[in-house]
Amino acid sequence: MQIETALLIEWVVKSTILIFALLTGFAYTTFYERRLLALIQVRIGPNRTGPFGFLQPAADGLKLIFKEELIPANAYKFVFILAPILTVIPALIIMAVVPWGGAIELFGRQIALGLTDINVAILYLLSVASISVYGIVLAGWSSDNKYAMMGGLRSSAQMLSYELSLGLAFVVPILLAGSMSLNQIIEAQRGVWFIFYQPIAALVFYIAMLAEVNRAPFDMPEAEQELTAGYHTEYSGMKFSLFFMGEYMKMIAVSAIFATLFLGGYRGPFVDTYPLLGPLYLFLKVFLSLGLMIWIRATLPRLRYDRLMAFGWKILLPLSILNVFVTAVIIVVFGL
Amino acid sequence: MTPIQLVFLFVAFATLWAAFMVVTRNNLVHAALFLVIALFGVAVLFVMLEAGFLAVIQVLVYIGAIAILMIFAVMLTRGDVDDIPDITNRYAGWVGLVAVLFFSSLVILMAQWPSFTALAKPILSSRDTIVELGTALVSPNGYVIPFEVASVMLLAALIGALVVARPRKGK
Repeated sequence: MQIETALLIEWVVKSTILIFALLTGFAYTTFYERRLLALIQVRIGPNRTGPFGFLQPAADGLKLIFKEELIPANAYKFVFILAPILTVIPALIIMAVVPWGGAIELFGRQIALGLTDINVAILYLLSVASISVYGIVLAGWSSDNKYAMMGGLRSSAQMLSYELSLGLAFVVPILLAGSMSLNQIIEAQRGVWFIFYQPIAALVFYIAMLAEVNRAPFDMPEAEQELTAGYHTEYSGMKFSLFFMGEYMKMIAVSAIFATLFLGGYRGPFVDTYPLLGPLYLFLKVFLSLGLMIWIRATLPRLRYDRLMAFGWKILLPLSILNVFVTAVIIVVFGL
Repeated sequence: MTPIQLVFLFVAFATLWAAFMVVTRNNLVHAALFLVIALFGVAVLFVMLEAGFLAVIQVLVYIGAIAILMIFAVMLTRGDVDDIPDITNRYAGWVGLVAVLFFSSLVILMAQWPSFTALAKPILSSRDTIVELGTALVSPNGYVIPFEVASVMLLAALIGALVVARPRKGK
């Protein structure tokens, strides 16, 4: 396996850009959420720090850095410190297979916009999503606090249950595109986006993805009224913000995945002639999807825990199995 | 030694070390976490053999589902996961001896196998490896019988779990 230096530099540069984009995205998603929530609830929201409040995330970050870090006396220290790290890492690496655009010509080299294109990209997404449960479970267990423990248990049960529907919703774009590579799935949506062929799969995917990132109305692990703050009750300072960072970066990542699978990814008008439009289109689609998530949070009440599990197992899962079955039969019968 | 060989040695030793830690820890959750490291090491070895599919399935099934279920079960069933004072019983010495003997005889046997020192050949296939794998699993000339037997067994396990968990009448 010979790796040339230029390729190595290209990968390092692209990874750095990706991580910076996710970190900036995280900071401004919190700002976006607060402003949009305020708009929906007819409030003003943070608008004092810098023009239109644009420096608010920086101020929040500074505040969190200077906060005191507490570790409970009976906590399992090593696991307690490991848990926030395990939450952030999957959120950072899951975007590695999502392409942000076509190829551009730079310094005499063809550079693909996107970190890597592997033939098992969809399975990679699923496996990274499945390991992101660890951070939450371990945080809940190591805190030595019953609220945290309950939050950890609830979230692991919830994420494991909804992962099944998520996995089945992933199958439909694979069937339609005939490939597990995200680039080919995007290529297959050149004419019509998959959300128009498969509105049910898109809906199942969006619901399962909300449950996967623990967003309202599925934010049971952190239900304030019952569990104070759930699995991160005992966390403070930067460790708390790592959980926060993991959650928001996962929101961005799943939005990008949703856009890639069902909304044509980076494709849009004129993207073939001007490849640099690709990241812009992807950004727009992610922006709209995040807006929808915030809108849902502002509108829907939280589900009761038993209903949440019943909904996942008795409605969402049969629906997605049926959808995969019908889609497969149609593809075979009509030879699409 | 090529960089790839160095990486292999590092990953192999890390996997073995983690596997050793799994059986020697006094704390069940720590043991489960070391098991995760060992399973991840195996996934990395799959990547180095250019078996990307097996690698992601290893992470998805073993780390993402089985190990998390183990941690889940430990958390649900034991109120106190603190250190178990003694993890050995009176057969521990004998079992250790048998394990060492078995492992060393396996190594000796494997070393006599002609392709023990051969390097992995690059995969020369014009088709997508996933397509190849998929067809092999369902083609009559491939692995269709083991595949179907495995699925029937899993179905039986699923029904068994349902029967065990079903609420009984009159209780």
